[in-house]
Amino acid sequence: MALTLFDKLWNEHLVESQQDGSDLIYIDRIFLHERTGSIALSSLQAEGREVFCPEQVFCCMDHIVDTFPDRSDDTTMPSGKDFIVATRNHAHSAGIALFDLLDPRQGIVHVVSPEQGIVQPGMSLVCPDSHTCTQGAMGALAWGIGSSEAEHALATKTLRVQRPQTMRVSFEGELAQGVSAKDMILHLIASHGAHGGSGYAVEFAGAAVTRLDMEARMTLCNMAVEFSAFTGVIAPDAKTLDFLRGRPYAPVGERWEQAAAYWRTLRSDPDAQFDRELVVDCSALQPQVTWGTSPQHTVAITAAVPAPDAPGATDRAGRERALAYMGLEVGLPLRGLAIDAAFIGSCTNSRISDLRVAAAVLRGRRIAPGLRAICVPGSMQVKAQAEAEGLDRIFTAAGFEWRASGCSMCFYAGGEHFGYRQRVISTTNRNFESRQGPETRTHLASPVTVAASAIRGCITDPREFLES
Amino acid sequence: MDEFVRHEGIAAPLLRDNIDTDAIIPSREMRRVSKHGLGEGLFAGWRYLSQEGREPNPDFVLNRPAYRGASILLGGANFGCGSSREHAVWALKEYGIRAIVAPGFGTIFAGNCVRNGLLPLVLPGEVIAAIAAWVRAAPGENRVLIDLQAQRLEAAGQAFYFDIDAGARRMLLQGLDAIALTLTRGEVIDRFHRRRQELRPWLY
Ligand code: SF4
Repeated sequence: MALTLFDKLWNEHLVESQQDGSDLIYIDRIFLHERTGSIALSSLQAEGREVFCPEQVFCCMDHIVDTFPDRSDDTTMPSGKDFIVATRNHAHSAGIALFDLLDPRQGIVHVVSPEQGIVQPGMSLVCPDSHTCTQGAMGALAWGIGSSEAEHALATKTLRVQRPQTMRVSFEGELAQGVSAKDMILHLIASHGAHGGSGYAVEFAGAAVTRLDMEARMTLCNMAVEFSAFTGVIAPDAKTLDFLRGRPYAPVGERWEQAAAYWRTLRSDPDAQFDRELVVDCSALQPQVTWGTSPQHTVAITAAVPAPDAPGATDRAGRERALAYMGLEVGLPLRGLAIDAAFIGSCTNSRISDLRVAAAVLRGRRIAPGLRAICVPGSMQVKAQAEAEGLDRIFTAAGFEWRASGCSMCFYAGGEHFGYRQRVISTTNRNFESRQGPETRTHLASPVTVAASAIRGCITDPREFLES
Repeated sequence: MDEFVRHEGIAAPLLRDNIDTDAIIPSREMRRVSKHGLGEGLFAGWRYLSQEGREPNPDFVLNRPAYRGASILLGGANFGCGSSREHAVWALKEYGIRAIVAPGFGTIFAGNCVRNGLLPLVLPGEVIAAIAAWVRAAPGENRVLIDLQAQRLEAAGQAFYFDIDAGARRMLLQGLDAIALTLTRGEVIDRFHRRRQELRPWLY
């Protein structure tokens, strides 16, 4: 029978189907972080249960740690230290590999895992973090879970899961200059709603996806959860294997050959049937920006703030609320809207390729006076690479703060934040109310759009900065 | 884990779409490495007049006297989307919420609910809107009854039947501990684990 990539991944890990209709799925790797992992580990210990295979469990310090250069366990977030110390102690006593605060490999879990070669095609990987779907870009079955499920996975090496339906989203056509994976996924969510993928595992396919490099594919899969999908996945190809080869946890020698032979089978069969198919034409796609408080509140950067009852809008009341929260009026063009701050970072867009495209715009320029601009590389390795290329000097000369890695101001945990009603253009994935600070107004966009906007001090079409 | 069989209570309408887990429990309210002490932070951004203080916002539904002791929430589409934080469910439970009725849920959130004895119940948006209108007329008297065994919700003098997957239903009805349940399959898992080591040796 013809199978989809997702079917193959699922069947590969199916221990047994349960009488109640759920499947018992084998978990190859578990990732934890100090925000939710600390609780999973402490609760497991309190129940007197052990970690099944500690050598296949990894942990990052990323969510609560500060990103100032001289950071320590003491955090801007009150009580943050408790989370850090608890996680460290539990990780050590459980025998789990920890990418600790001062480790040169430290960074955001979804950046570190591919970077270290921990996630590999055909693997199942879970983490108590919703953006675990990012790692589906490697051709893995990777999804976010809650703390109780993390305990379950730690203790039993399995999870009980309801098998989702399958959806294929084919991105066809060629992306124009200044348009990126971030714009593709924002556009998809705007077109089909923030719950458009609910109940589905989504395979991203099509010529436009094949052309993306691995980091851009991660950006695409990162926001599968903002589409409410179970996860996103992309078939591994030569780019995937090239990306993985030589990374610290990647197999070598004969093992590599064995693995690669299997990985090459991981693709949807030509006549495989999906429960749902969507096609997106990328050839006319413009840079996208959000105006509201859900990722579905997205428009082309050349557009104006839409009316709450605009065609296709299903959440009229939500849109009215969002307008008030964001301090916007219907009909106002997004371009030219003054911003207070710009943020480049997060598991969506903080990899070296993201920093390169932003730096290309910032080179030899200065950010607008009075603007606060921050760049937080996704991992200390990304930071080191950027510094080796001199990108840090471009960012700082432009007026950006250059930080150590972590989630930073992607989310507000009671520590550092952008401030009351500040308007921020951000490469992150969530524009929810107060996500980046108390009543902070977030506009999501791609790195190049954020860089261009930082220079002008207002939302700016990045194509104005691209050489013709 | 607490079981959920049958429950009757005051239902509070909060019919916004895309209520995310950041809104249910803002990250700043997750102060300790604990599942407890979160009820006070529930909906903090909407429930209190300021970020710092605890002065109740009189306009927020759960602060209205008529909804005191509410144990059921009537929600909008995609309830509990966003962050995987299970704290959202722990906060709802600690506050006293036993069931949420919505047209759809964030997947991770719905799973977290079931693991904690909180019922995520799906009904069409129009039905929920009608129930909300009936509740609003007299929240204290117009109570909603949910019978999970029969998969039936009673409100406004009518019975509404709902679907729920069999696994979640069983887990809730019996208040099962999923880990203990799975550990009874230990032998099968061990066998799978050993076979996988032979089949995919590069993973080990
Ligand atoms: S960078 Fe933001 S979205 Fe990504 S894992 Fe950290 S907090 Fe979550």
